Amino acid sequence: MLTSIILLPFLAALVILFTPRNYRVVFRGVALLATLGSLLVATKMFLGYEAAEAGVGGYKFIEKAAWVPSLGINYFVGVDGINVGLIFMGAIVAFAAACVSWEIKTNEKLYYLLLMVMTGGILGAFASLDLFFFYAFHEFALIPTFIMIGLWGRGENKNYATFNITLYLSAGALIALVGLIGLYLQVPAAQRTFDIVALTDYFRANPMAANVQHFIFPLLMFGFGILVSLWPFHTWAPLGYGAAPTATAMLHAGVLKKFGLYGLIRIALPLMPEGAKDWLNVLALLCLGNILYCGWVAMRQRDLNQLIGNSSVAHMGFVFLGIASLNLIGVTGAVVVMIAHGLLAALTFALSGYIRTQTNTLNMDEMGGLLRKLPFIGAALVMAMMAGCGLPGFANFVGELSVMFGAWKASFGHAKWFVVAAAWGGLVIGAIYMLRAVRSVLHGELSDKWNSVEDAVLWRKTPFVLLLAALLAFGFWPRLLTDKIKPSAEAIVKMATSGKAVALESVKR
Amino acid sequence: MNTALISLEIAVLLLALGVLLLDLWLPAENKRKLGYVAALGALGILVASFIWLPVNATFNLPLQAAGQAAVNVPVYLTLPTLGDNIVLDLPALFFKRFFLLAAVIVLLMSAEFASRIQSGISEFYSLTLIALAGMMFAASAKDFAMLFVSVELITITFYILTSFQRNRVASLEAGVKYLILGGLASAMMVYGIALVYGTSGTMNFTELNGKALALADKPIFLVGLLLVICGLAFKIAAFPLQIWAPDVYQGSPAPATAFLAVGSKAAGLILLMRVLFSALPLEFVVRWKGLLMAMSAITILYGSLCAIPQRNLKRLLGYSSIANGGYLLLGLAALSESGKVAVLYYLSGYLFTVLAAFTVIAVVLRATDIEDISGLAGLNQRSPLLAGAMTLAMVSLAGIPPLAGFFGKFLLLKAAIDQGSTYYWLIAVALVGVVISLYYYFGVIRAIYWSKEPADVSPLFVSLPLKVSLGACIAGMLYLGIYPAAALNLVTVVVRDWK
Repeated sequence: MLTSIILLPFLAALVILFTPRNYRVVFRGVALLATLGSLLVATKMFLGYEAAEAGVGGYKFIEKAAWVPSLGINYFVGVDGINVGLIFMGAIVAFAAACVSWEIKTNEKLYYLLLMVMTGGILGAFASLDLFFFYAFHEFALIPTFIMIGLWGRGENKNYATFNITLYLSAGALIALVGLIGLYLQVPAAQRTFDIVALTDYFRANPMAANVQHFIFPLLMFGFGILVSLWPFHTWAPLGYGAAPTATAMLHAGVLKKFGLYGLIRIALPLMPEGAKDWLNVLALLCLGNILYCGWVAMRQRDLNQLIGNSSVAHMGFVFLGIASLNLIGVTGAVVVMIAHGLLAALTFALSGYIRTQTNTLNMDEMGGLLRKLPFIGAALVMAMMAGCGLPGFANFVGELSVMFGAWKASFGHAKWFVVAAAWGGLVIGAIYMLRAVRSVLHGELSDKWNSVEDAVLWRKTPFVLLLAALLAFGFWPRLLTDKIKPSAEAIVKMATSGKAVALESVKR
Repeated sequence: MNTALISLEIAVLLLALGVLLLDLWLPAENKRKLGYVAALGALGILVASFIWLPVNATFNLPLQAAGQAAVNVPVYLTLPTLGDNIVLDLPALFFKRFFLLAAVIVLLMSAEFASRIQSGISEFYSLTLIALAGMMFAASAKDFAMLFVSVELITITFYILTSFQRNRVASLEAGVKYLILGGLASAMMVYGIALVYGTSGTMNFTELNGKALALADKPIFLVGLLLVICGLAFKIAAFPLQIWAPDVYQGSPAPATAFLAVGSKAAGLILLMRVLFSALPLEFVVRWKGLLMAMSAITILYGSLCAIPQRNLKRLLGYSSIANGGYLLLGLAALSESGKVAVLYYLSGYLFTVLAAFTVIAVVLRATDIEDISGLAGLNQRSPLLAGAMTLAMVSLAGIPPLAGFFGKFLLLKAAIDQGSTYYWLIAVALVGVVISLYYYFGVIRAIYWSKEPADVSPLFVSLPLKVSLGACIAGMLYLGIYPAAALNLVTVVVRDWK
């Protein structure tokens, strides 16, 4: 089941590769079909998760095949409560991204080829339970990102943005790779494996030496942190998203960026509790940089994409805060924010992309009164902005609230002040820039030059409706997510806080 | 005399002479096609090496003729009549096949490139084959005399090959630079060999292995070894004798550069590995760990940093070749089995990658004569196959999955991290090098796909043999990256048979 989710986009990429370059309809059709197929299978998996039979380590829908036996590398995919929601979210965003790609008019063959490779890599990274594939799929998705920004990117900063994002993200990924190899080598030669389940079992029985943990944990924390735009390594994000084509920004900001957070929760926390104890304080401090500093920067932006990019970096602070709180409600909240923000980021970038195709600018000073010309897109933008500042009813509210509850109870110093700061940053600063953006884009005088602007026709509304529906569904019925996340998060938190042998009952329950 | 051990080399030399002889009878317009004959011959020898010299841990063929009981003769066979200086273990066979494969692709490339070489194309093929024979001897070298002779056979043929475009000043300049620095390196090496022989009284690696520890405190012996290592560093294009590579790569004809980048580098590497792991005991080499690490780090940084501002494609690949020499040294510096495995794996991926890149360059150069990166502009419209091959090669060199370069770098990093905390700084340097390399490799990809206005969009003709060899390179890159298990097992078996 998981394999088919990953394989469909890759197969689509192959089909596109061998289609002559003037069959434009075929490229788009194949891409839409493949992502829709992935989405349908992912939906089935998400809905059938509770009923499915748990396999090794409490994971479900497991598929495994040996790849390089001599090094202990397997193709091994499976889901638990944490990544099942992420894969589902990724499939939704992928389909939406394929939908909004109608704006691409040049060299479509290469574009859809790269889009499909990126989609497959993203879904594969979140499904992998093998460290090697986990890393390789992510890297595999990154390269199309760079090329897409370079080729179909926008703005005069395009080249600078391409190289900036390439170097930042590659450096982050390589630092994390060293950490992961270091982790792998902690196991005695005879038992070495990249299998995450086996590694977790091994380190549960034989915890790693504390000094090694102190060394490897920061490698993973900063390596993954760079990938998630942890302050002060976040500068690539607004720049890159500002230049990226819509679908790329949606897929990267929405899904691929969550890879680092997922790696922290899945690998760094449970396997290195001692390292976590020391370094999570640092993480808690840095995440305030995300929430406060990037919020302030977002307030100053006059370009809609820059604003969304900075606000997306600011939202990552909540996930880091949830991880740093290291308790059940905090980690659960962090995962909910990851999913909610994935949908939200995709939605906002899709909206800004739509507005850009209509107005050819994203400068908010030039806009105004667009709600009259764009009733549907404008309404969707208002809803997205409201979701972004944490209005109840949207999934973001659930996640951010849980994170703050978690942080309130957390053990790091002055935790309560962190919550105050986060609430202020997320809710007050967020509300200011979001509402100001709504005012300057949608309200006020309508300039004559926007007379030709047209609202989305019926079928072009599909991606927006889909993303909004998912945000609202998870906002009104958060138990759809939290019931799945909780048992898995509990096992991880237990391992991360005790550092000693923890029974696996909580997962098998 | 047991000529079975050098049957492959003899076959290659006969082929080289045959090409020269055929040249006498062929009309001028058909001489270019001799390249295909030479390539086919080399391919035939490569295939023959699998039939007559089967790879398994206990192959027995050579001594069966001598009337011995057939089975379980060890792989390690010496050839008394040649002075105990030839070894045919699995690493030697691995490298011989490596060189043969490289030569096949280089010869096909030369046949395409022939129009840019004014005269004597048959000699070009023949000299390539003679260099190939030198490399194959190097793979088997078991004492310092053999080492020196094979290195000279390679280097002297390359003096001619690099300056083969006699009408181009750049090519002549490359030849002269290579001659002067190559002569210097040879002088250092032969002086080093003399010092080692003078102190230890032996040229043979096996005998030296027994005596080296007792000599470990003699400065003259150490200086001698150091000079030998310097001489070999010249072949690998590693610090301290890396300076020639960009100039020579830039000036030489593309096929000669390709063979220099792949074959000559690999020959230097196998010889360095023989000196470090056969001629010297591990307890001795461990003391030089720091030296190897420093060489690796400086080579990586030099290659990566200097590559940043380059605009000439061949020069860029020259610096990239230096950086890659550094990564290979990193595998050697790990001084472990997994390090050697990583080196051999990396080298295999490097073969396909670099030859694909140079094949593309040769075709583009034949058409336009612009060596600047901007000459690649619009390549994806002129020939999607060439653009695809070049992109894959750059992506593989940058070490990105799912291509061969990624798995090779992964193995190298793993081998180094496995050696513990003394290697961490070297790993950090390697990572810096990798990140920098992304910048210049992506610069090439950018030139192919998103340059402003391509000057020339006329389709490029790619002949069938070139399509086949490019296809083989792409298949090799993908195979080693996507399905590494079989190749990794093979390489591990090869390394375990080290003599």
